[in-house]
Amino acid sequence: MSWGFLSDLSGVNKYSTGIGRIWVAVVVMFRLLVYIVAAESIWKYEHDEFECNIKQPGCENVCFDHFFPVSHTRLWALQLIMVSTPSLLVVFHVAYRENREKHRNQKLCKSLGEIDGGLLYAYLTSLILKTGLEIVFLVLFYKLYNGFKVPRIVKCDMRPCPNTVDCYISKPTEKMIFLYFLVATSCLCIVLNLSELSYLIFKYSMKCYLKRYIKKRQ
Amino acid sequence: MDWGSLHTILGGVNKHSTSIGKIWLTVLFIFRIMILVVAAERVWGDEQDDFVCNTLQPGCKNVCYDHFFPISHIRLWALQLIFVSTPALLVAMHVAYRRHEKKRQFRKGDRKCEYKDIEEIRKQRFHIEGSLWWTYTSSIFFRLIFEAVFMYAFYFMYDGFQMPRLMKCNAWPCPNTVDCFVSRPTEKTVFTIFMIAVSSICILLNVAELCYLLAKFFLRRSKRAGNPKHHPNHENKEETKQNEMNELISDTCQNTVTGFS
Repeated sequence: MSWGFLSDLSGVNKYSTGIGRIWVAVVVMFRLLVYIVAAESIWKYEHDEFECNIKQPGCENVCFDHFFPVSHTRLWALQLIMVSTPSLLVVFHVAYRENREKHRNQKLCKSLGEIDGGLLYAYLTSLILKTGLEIVFLVLFYKLYNGFKVPRIVKCDMRPCPNTVDCYISKPTEKMIFLYFLVATSCLCIVLNLSELSYLIFKYSMKCYLKRYIKKRQ
Repeated sequence: MDWGSLHTILGGVNKHSTSIGKIWLTVLFIFRIMILVVAAERVWGDEQDDFVCNTLQPGCKNVCYDHFFPISHIRLWALQLIFVSTPALLVAMHVAYRRHEKKRQFRKGDRKCEYKDIEEIRKQRFHIEGSLWWTYTSSIFFRLIFEAVFMYAFYFMYDGFQMPRLMKCNAWPCPNTVDCFVSRPTEKTVFTIFMIAVSSICILLNVAELCYLLAKFFLRRSKRAGNPKHHPNHENKEETKQNEMNELISDTCQNTVTGFS
């Protein structure tokens, strides 16, 4: 699967702050690259290697479906896509404004230092959305899989299994290590987003306050 | 997108590295990443399928495989390569920041700025001195730490670097001690030793580069201490720093006054 477009989506544009660029580097290096290089191969044969201590046909299928409604890798991939998408807001807004300014023969501001209201709100909204989506997916992971553990053995008593049957998950330790890695990088990204949000809000409230203060004095 | 993007990122850093740094990058790409992608992944491709235990008890093979291979060699190497390449990002960011500052100076029409156009700034190669020296040195230091940590983790997890042919397993639900056979143990041992050897070469290169940078730093210092006539250079640097500070202050004042346009 080609993930190349995601690096364009991630929003490396000249309107990102320094923290925004660090966020992009973390997402690309630690999440996307690790996912493509490692996670896809670990979970590749998860269904084939899922084994239950029973010969009853259909029991394995039913138990696998019960314990893994959505595979870890698919959820992980969805998370990566959703978390990169809010930057599209900023990209669209910039494109719209540049188109508008072209007609007026004006230049859009060159850096975030002189950014104006509309672009700032788009950027802040994208940050809030990114953080919200990260948290939603972490909670989803936690609820679906009862924490971030991957047990070696699960007990299954769904029909058509005749009674409680032992089912063995393949490579549970390796899957757990990478799940924890995913959680750690998600949390890091949440921290980066929140600090970027507070930095921008603080900076522009100070500017607003100073502007009002100077106006009052005049 | 795979290891290609890493190549693009690190290639950019190549321009600003020392010669030893360039050798390190070459070793990293040819002997580690390429070998990992082209050869090692094939060797470890069927590792669980062909891991066979001498029992018909369902689940015993899964549990024994998980017990002996908590994390596969391939994944550990991939993680090691990602972590070891990350400090170079620090350098790339620092260079990008410096370029941005120079472009800002150029746009302001600063007379001290010696570039004729923006293209020259983009193509310029920065020498490793000043704050870039500190960033570069700390990136090498972190690289060393990551390499050492991963090598130790590898040694600790697999009790050495050799892949045995036979492993004895008595984890539940295996009924008693069961013989389990690893697929392609010799080929895996060969590749493991190869990757460890190349890791060690990379560690040596990093240590050599660190020593080279430290030697350069102390030599420069002793030259400056020995030649007081060279102080104008030093004073110029102080002046430029003060000018930059003044510009920053005036910029912030201007921004606060104009506020939202």
